[in-house]
Amino acid sequence: MSSHPPATTLPSPVALRAQRRRVWVLPALLLALGAAFALALAVGSVAVSAAELWQIATGGDAGMAGDIVRSLRLPRALAAAACGGLLALAGALMQVLLRNPLADPYVLGISGGAAVGALLAMLVGAAGLLLELSAFAGALAAMALVFGLAHGEGSRTPTRLLLTGVIVSAGCGAAVSFILAVASEQSLRGMLFWLMGDASTASRPGVAVAVLGAGLIACAPLARDLNLLARGDGTAQVLGVPVVRLRLVVYLLASALTAIAVTTVGSVGFVGLVVPHLIRLAFGNDQRLLLPASALAGATLLLLADTAARTVIAPAQLPVGVLTALLGVPVFLFLLNRHR
Amino acid sequence: MSAVPTLLARGLDVSVAARALCTGLDLDLRPGELLAIVGRNGIGKSTLLTTLAGLRPPAAGTLTLEGRALADWPARDLAKRRALLAQSQEDHFASTVLDTVLVGRHPHIGRWADESDADVDIALAALAAVSLRGFELREVRTLSGGERQRVAIAALLAQQAPLCLLDEPVTHLDLDYQIETLELFARLARDEGRAVVAVLHDLNQVLRFADRALLLTGGGEWVCGPVDEVLQAEVLSRAFCHPLKELRDDGRRYFVPA
Repeated sequence: MSSHPPATTLPSPVALRAQRRRVWVLPALLLALGAAFALALAVGSVAVSAAELWQIATGGDAGMAGDIVRSLRLPRALAAAACGGLLALAGALMQVLLRNPLADPYVLGISGGAAVGALLAMLVGAAGLLLELSAFAGALAAMALVFGLAHGEGSRTPTRLLLTGVIVSAGCGAAVSFILAVASEQSLRGMLFWLMGDASTASRPGVAVAVLGAGLIACAPLARDLNLLARGDGTAQVLGVPVVRLRLVVYLLASALTAIAVTTVGSVGFVGLVVPHLIRLAFGNDQRLLLPASALAGATLLLLADTAARTVIAPAQLPVGVLTALLGVPVFLFLLNRHR
Repeated sequence: MSAVPTLLARGLDVSVAARALCTGLDLDLRPGELLAIVGRNGIGKSTLLTTLAGLRPPAAGTLTLEGRALADWPARDLAKRRALLAQSQEDHFASTVLDTVLVGRHPHIGRWADESDADVDIALAALAAVSLRGFELREVRTLSGGERQRVAIAALLAQQAPLCLLDEPVTHLDLDYQIETLELFARLARDEGRAVVAVLHDLNQVLRFADRALLLTGGGEWVCGPVDEVLQAEVLSRAFCHPLKELRDDGRRYFVPA
């Protein structure tokens, strides 16, 4: 087709190839996460200096500062970072699965199910591991319910999944309201904190960290298939992607990641919605970059939010979910309008 | 022309729910051939094309691609051998033109590998073939319908499949690009021995570019053969429920609605 005038400036193949490679993004995000981690360990009622942090990190004994960092701040920081990563990764996966940039990890009712489980446990006075198991069971039950109901004609279309998830969420919301209405005064505060998301009670950060690592590894070989899935089932199928199996894997993976996050820190909103969206606006929709970058950015965001949650009105603490929402809403609206 | 047909159908039944779209279809599509599928809206052209692509099982009959039953092909190998241009393109997320075209390279790239420089060069050549060089970094959702269609054609070219199935490839295109697109596929068939199946609406384009035509006439019935035999005013008038008149100019035949 030569009769048409060529475009005035043709980008060279070399420039185009270089433009597609964004090798600096992940190292930069990793650096940011490291900085947020150092900050989270350093600030609080007892300030820890950089020198002391170095001493603790290299295995030295830093006295009381060492105890505070190791037994209080480190587990909490790990939990917040891991859950931020889990939620952002799950959000990015859900957005591909539902082919909707406004989907978030909770849209399929998983956090609703976890909330019902957790609040039921609190209602009967359970705490600790029992509460976490109950929340996890609730998340799995919601997940199974949505997946079972959305199955029709052998296909789980995005619309069907989304609608089923929204309805199950609404049902869980009603159940949560019911439990809050019949709960005793003294258990009410704990329930509300759980619902708003709270990293202070996270007791097993190792689980969240391990699941996040496993999730990222599981995503790596699927990322290019996911790029195609994001372009539509038809496109993906023509190009050899096993669409039905991939959708199932992504659904189960995203649900499991969400369930672990919700079980660990309660329902923290907006991280799973805002972070993948920001990364997509900044670096494009290539899942090979988007998924790990979302996990790192989500970890950094929730870590910073949790650090702020325990310091801005110290000695009192804010539920971290309130902060993520307060930060997330304006940032999201600003970016949405800027890119219009 | 090689002895092994690219695509072979025997006794193929295609139906949706209980409605027969095409019954007992026998088809030999050889390398270098361009077959046009014609028929009224909703008669089953797209469904037939999806069946030929192996994306939907036929109700009965056999389909063979390069001598091997279509259903036996592993998905990824199949994607290297046959490409399908969908009737419309959906863009749920932002993507550059270059990335959209590179999607066609997917089946050629290993699970643990990324697009190589060679893949980018193939994508750029495909963009050049549809006159879209210079559009590489444009966002696909900012393109016009016709430009978007040409991006889809470029992605299909980047797939480099010997069998190209095209569902209304010239929809949304300006007249010059319609002719150029059909010339491009006629050239790919002639020079590279690709087999092309295209759903077309313009009978005069079918006369000009296709070697053979498959006319779906409803109720599962069909006529298939060399274009000049299949495209006759009488049968077309019946198939399209409107009288058609044949004109001749400079040795070429044209159909116009009477």
